[in-house]
Amino acid sequence: MADSFSIENEMNGRRRFLVAATSVAGGIAGAAVATPFLLSMMPSERAKAAGAPVEVDIEKLEPGMLLMVEWRGRVVWILNRTPEMLATLAKLEGELADPNSERDQQPDYAQNQTRSIKPEILVAVGLCTHLGCSPVFRKEIAPEDLGPDWLGGFFCPCHGSKFDLAGRVYSNLPAPTNMVVPPHTYLTDTRLLVGAESKESA
Amino acid sequence: MSKGLNALREWIDARFPMTSNWEAHLSKYYAPKNFNFWYYFGSLALLVLVNQILTGIFLTMNYKPDATLAFASVEYIMRDVDYGWLIRYMHSTGASMFFVVVYLHMFRGMMYGSYRKPRELLWLIGMAIFFVLMSLAFTGYILPWGQMSYWGAQVIVSMFGAIPVVGDSLTLLLLGDFNLSDATLNRFFAYHVVTLPLLMIVLVFVHILALHEVGSNNPDGVEIKANKNPETKIPVDGIPFHPYYSVKDIVGVIVFLIVFCTIVFFAPEFGGYFLEHNNFIPANTLQTPDHIAPVWYFTPYYSMLRAVTVNFLWIDAKLWGVILMGAAVVIFAFLPWLDRSPVKSIRYKGPIFKFALTMFVISFFVLGYLGMKAPTPLYTLLAQIFTVVYFAFFILMPWYSKIDKTKPEPKRVTK
Repeated sequence: MADSFSIENEMNGRRRFLVAATSVAGGIAGAAVATPFLLSMMPSERAKAAGAPVEVDIEKLEPGMLLMVEWRGRVVWILNRTPEMLATLAKLEGELADPNSERDQQPDYAQNQTRSIKPEILVAVGLCTHLGCSPVFRKEIAPEDLGPDWLGGFFCPCHGSKFDLAGRVYSNLPAPTNMVVPPHTYLTDTRLLVGAESKESA
Repeated sequence: MSKGLNALREWIDARFPMTSNWEAHLSKYYAPKNFNFWYYFGSLALLVLVNQILTGIFLTMNYKPDATLAFASVEYIMRDVDYGWLIRYMHSTGASMFFVVVYLHMFRGMMYGSYRKPRELLWLIGMAIFFVLMSLAFTGYILPWGQMSYWGAQVIVSMFGAIPVVGDSLTLLLLGDFNLSDATLNRFFAYHVVTLPLLMIVLVFVHILALHEVGSNNPDGVEIKANKNPETKIPVDGIPFHPYYSVKDIVGVIVFLIVFCTIVFFAPEFGGYFLEHNNFIPANTLQTPDHIAPVWYFTPYYSMLRAVTVNFLWIDAKLWGVILMGAAVVIFAFLPWLDRSPVKSIRYKGPIFKFALTMFVISFFVLGYLGMKAPTPLYTLLAQIFTVVYFAFFILMPWYSKIDKTKPEPKRVTK
């Protein structure tokens, strides 16, 4: 009597199947329950709705001046480059990782040497493509800490990446790609829209 | 009176294993009799954990996990809450001291081979505690929402974005937004005060259970359980933890508290190493401080992160930096299987191991120093060299630990 009631005999094919089936069903239920919790951690509807484009008046932006605006919680730089600054762009091409902006870091209309619509006005997301620090605008030529070859550009204080005055990254530094040029357009000659290609598409 | 107490003890013991646990873990837990200075740091780590939990609870009573209120609420704690400054400085100093004692605790294990069989799992649980500790430090550092909080978090979260394929969705999951924002601060608060402390307490409990299963190692690296009194079955080189080591540890606690209180009362910022100057400026999403560096305990790893400047194989420098940084932490977990020496303790290991361990310690300090400095070409080169030294200690260990000229281990522990 006791023998036929032992655990081994009880663990026959049918019972084994039921245990496995219950475990699988339980596992699926567990995953199903986890889903809403995981999804609750993704950006909320409010966060998704935020991020409208920003209109900027650049009439008073003197040549050589950098203006910072906030778009989608990130800093966007608007730099009015002087002719001397623009002249440095061609000289640096040998030292850059992607001088022709071949990697997809800018809209098509900014895939040129100056990485801009108007040659003098650079619009770029002011965050290093390495780990997201905001590089410092260093327009002086050959400062002590950056060496005699420095022609002006952006230097990331966190990990030492360097970018030229078109946001193109120097090679052999931690940052892998050029800085991002956001979608932007000119509503008038001096009114810039950052974050959309036209007022309607915003 | 004592009769009544005895009756109470018996009443409880019939319902809960009180006396048996007291004996198994304290009064009849036999630890090697030759513990030295290096054996203080386990109990001190426990002390700091208690300090962090207690002070942390009181901080949450006044702190506000809201991007618009967080910075001001910390200043409110510092200025307007009675003794708020004390509780906050105990917490912030505790964070740094946690790493001091844990690094020394880990170094002890590396010197005396405490990770070797049969303590591999004990070491791995310890590594898990180390990861949780690092996560706690990181999530806690964000809470004051100062400049360093913000940009430090920006860097760390971007690191997860470097992971191929899943990086972008992982970043969204971490941030809860498309950039570092209030949503991020709010959830990191939840991790810092609920998820991670709970995990930490469970892991520390499991760590001690595992320790008491295999027994403590000692500076000679010989097993005291191999030599038991045949009648009592007690290791001849073992002494009960309580009262011998509980009393010894109290001495350590007193010395530690002298150091701890000196820092709390006289140098809570510790010259910018424990509380960084830039973190007294509220977070500004438009501008990174000119010089950013993590708190000292992360600087060795931070150095490695930025030491990689060349693309190698099909992986770019950014991802390599992240991989190296992760590997530098995880590689400790492999020590039990990297060390092929016939002896455990540095006392009987040969000159190659002693040299390797010295080089490892030097590289850890140099990388730590470089991580605090702004990157220059020379510093980057040094960081690269010492990153190689750091990893060489681990990767070459299977070879050098085998060919090293060791001394024979004694049969019993020595003085």
